[in-house]
Amino acid sequence: MSVLVLADHDLGVLSPATARIIAGVSALGPVDVLVVADDATAIAQSVSTLAGVAKVLTAKGNVLADSLEVLLSGLAVRYHYVAASAGSVGKDVIPRLAAKLDLMPVTDVVAILGPNRFERPIYAGNAVQTVTDNQARHILTLRASAFRPAATGNAAPIEAIDGAVASAARLIAEHRTESDTPDLATAQIVVGGGVALGSAENFQLIENLAKKLGAAVGATRAAVDAGYAPNDWQIGQTGKIIAPDLYIAIGISGALQHLAGIQGAKKIIAINTDAEAPLVKLADVALIGDLFEIIPQLISELNQRIP
Amino acid sequence: MKILVAIKRVVDHNVRIRVRPDGSGVETTGVRMSMNPFCKHAVEAAVQLSEAGHGDEIVIVSIGPKVANDVILTALAMGAHRGILIETDAALETLAIAKLLAKVVAEENPDIVLLGKQAVDDDSNHVGQMLAALTSRPQATFASEIKVTGQSLEVTREVDTGRETISVPLPAIVTADLRLNTPRNAALPMVMKARSKPLAVRTGAEFGVDLVPRLTVEKISPPAERVAGKTVGSVSELAAYIASEVSQMEAL
Ligand SMILES: Cc1cc2nc3c(=O)[nH]c(=O)nc-3n(C[C@H](O)[C@H](O)[C@H](O)COP(=O)(O)OP(=O)(O)OC[C@H]3O[C@@H](n4cnc5c(N)ncnc54)[C@H](O)[C@@H]3O)c2cc1C
Repeated sequence: MSVLVLADHDLGVLSPATARIIAGVSALGPVDVLVVADDATAIAQSVSTLAGVAKVLTAKGNVLADSLEVLLSGLAVRYHYVAASAGSVGKDVIPRLAAKLDLMPVTDVVAILGPNRFERPIYAGNAVQTVTDNQARHILTLRASAFRPAATGNAAPIEAIDGAVASAARLIAEHRTESDTPDLATAQIVVGGGVALGSAENFQLIENLAKKLGAAVGATRAAVDAGYAPNDWQIGQTGKIIAPDLYIAIGISGALQHLAGIQGAKKIIAINTDAEAPLVKLADVALIGDLFEIIPQLISELNQRIP
Repeated sequence: MKILVAIKRVVDHNVRIRVRPDGSGVETTGVRMSMNPFCKHAVEAAVQLSEAGHGDEIVIVSIGPKVANDVILTALAMGAHRGILIETDAALETLAIAKLLAKVVAEENPDIVLLGKQAVDDDSNHVGQMLAALTSRPQATFASEIKVTGQSLEVTREVDTGRETISVPLPAIVTADLRLNTPRNAALPMVMKARSKPLAVRTGAEFGVDLVPRLTVEKISPPAERVAGKTVGSVSELAAYIASEVSQMEAL
């Protein structure tokens, strides 16, 4: 049973999510990976080293949904599975592709139980659906955070395909978040801040702690709406889904839409003035107190303990 | 310009849902229902476009049981002009929903179709994209800003790396993110007026679309429970805990 995976990438670099998607689907069969970019060379090279990859296909073009749909629907006939990560590109194109092929997709998969049995969360992660898909072909998105990354050491062949397809849509501007912190969706440690931070300047306390720990920075929707953090830092039902080994939640109440994004976290630490906050109640370790006093002290203590 | 907005009636987003012990689904009887929040942003966007002189008519369509009338009335009270309820008691998959909506698009021929980016019950985030495929229209999903520029839309989208602005020629499909706007609460006179606005009730069957589910839902289970932890008394204790966790982490 053959699998086609659409690679995620940014600024010519392969996204860490892709290695996890490849590992996730490699039990289903040999995996070909499609890289669509104006210059796919370096990205394809990184993909080819991943275990489980049979072949890397490269196509020139952009990742706007309508053109990707045409490209993918042309390739799909050769595969039993087409999969992508449940990031913004996968969410944009996979349902569109499925409808074009008259198939019902299975998205946000967090566990593959067999060749056609999958688990996916619903209701902000408050319930888990087990579905069987008896269609001829399976169109999937997977949550990268639910899978471990594929090993490296492979040297799969790279083959260019004729893929330039025009899009009716046109990209006119990108407003990217400049940050040198790790990828939020796949980070091992995440430090998240809530509306309690009070301003974008104060939010740097969160960034400082994250920097100390080599962690990614996250935020609640309320913090993003207030302008303290950019939208791509939002964790939750409608933001990014994270599954770090350690999540440190600071000044975050733990609304169910936020909890939806952190269910995969192995350990949770909460710092909050309110001992009754839902997040404090489910944290592995909680410290009750004012974050403005706690965070600077915590950073200096960590400086002594973790050089 | 004509704007079609598709909306869904779902368990209210503030309700903590309960999974039925027999695994057959999520308890919905006696549970507060309301318009899916993202759909509300879509309706608000349509009303704002219309107020800015870009929409002559806003048509609301919802697919669901008879009681889904209430969310259509809410949308009419917000400023939409007429509603269509495609009545069905079946739990339809997103593909079937998109196929029904594609029929409505063929009948109504709107310039813009607005939808919420996802419904907070199944969390699918499919319907706009599927409708775009079935109607061969360009799409702009996860919109946080919409501008009309002649015969196209400039849409700012929330993506993994921040935001991006794309231009899509009309007719197009747009799905709304939460930061697109702040939905209005309709004043009582508007709610009264909504009742006299036209609302057509149709049946799923009359569209001649295959509505049979493609996936079999085996069971619905509650997520794994977390065990409650402990509270530490000082920053040093917390620092010690973090340092020990970090030292135990296996390298990726
Ligand atoms: C459809 C929908 C989708 C949503 N999606 C998301 C999503 O994806 N992600 C998300 O996060 N939210 C989402 N939300 C919003 C969510 O419901 C909550 O409003 C939000 O998560 C609350 O953010 P918060 O914890 O920062 O703020 P609050 O709930 O206001 O909590 C602030 C916390 O800070 C604590 N605090 C205050 N001062 C201090 C201090 N000095 N020191 C320490 N602690 C302090 C308070 O005790 C409180 O617990 C969504 C909402 C809707 C309706």
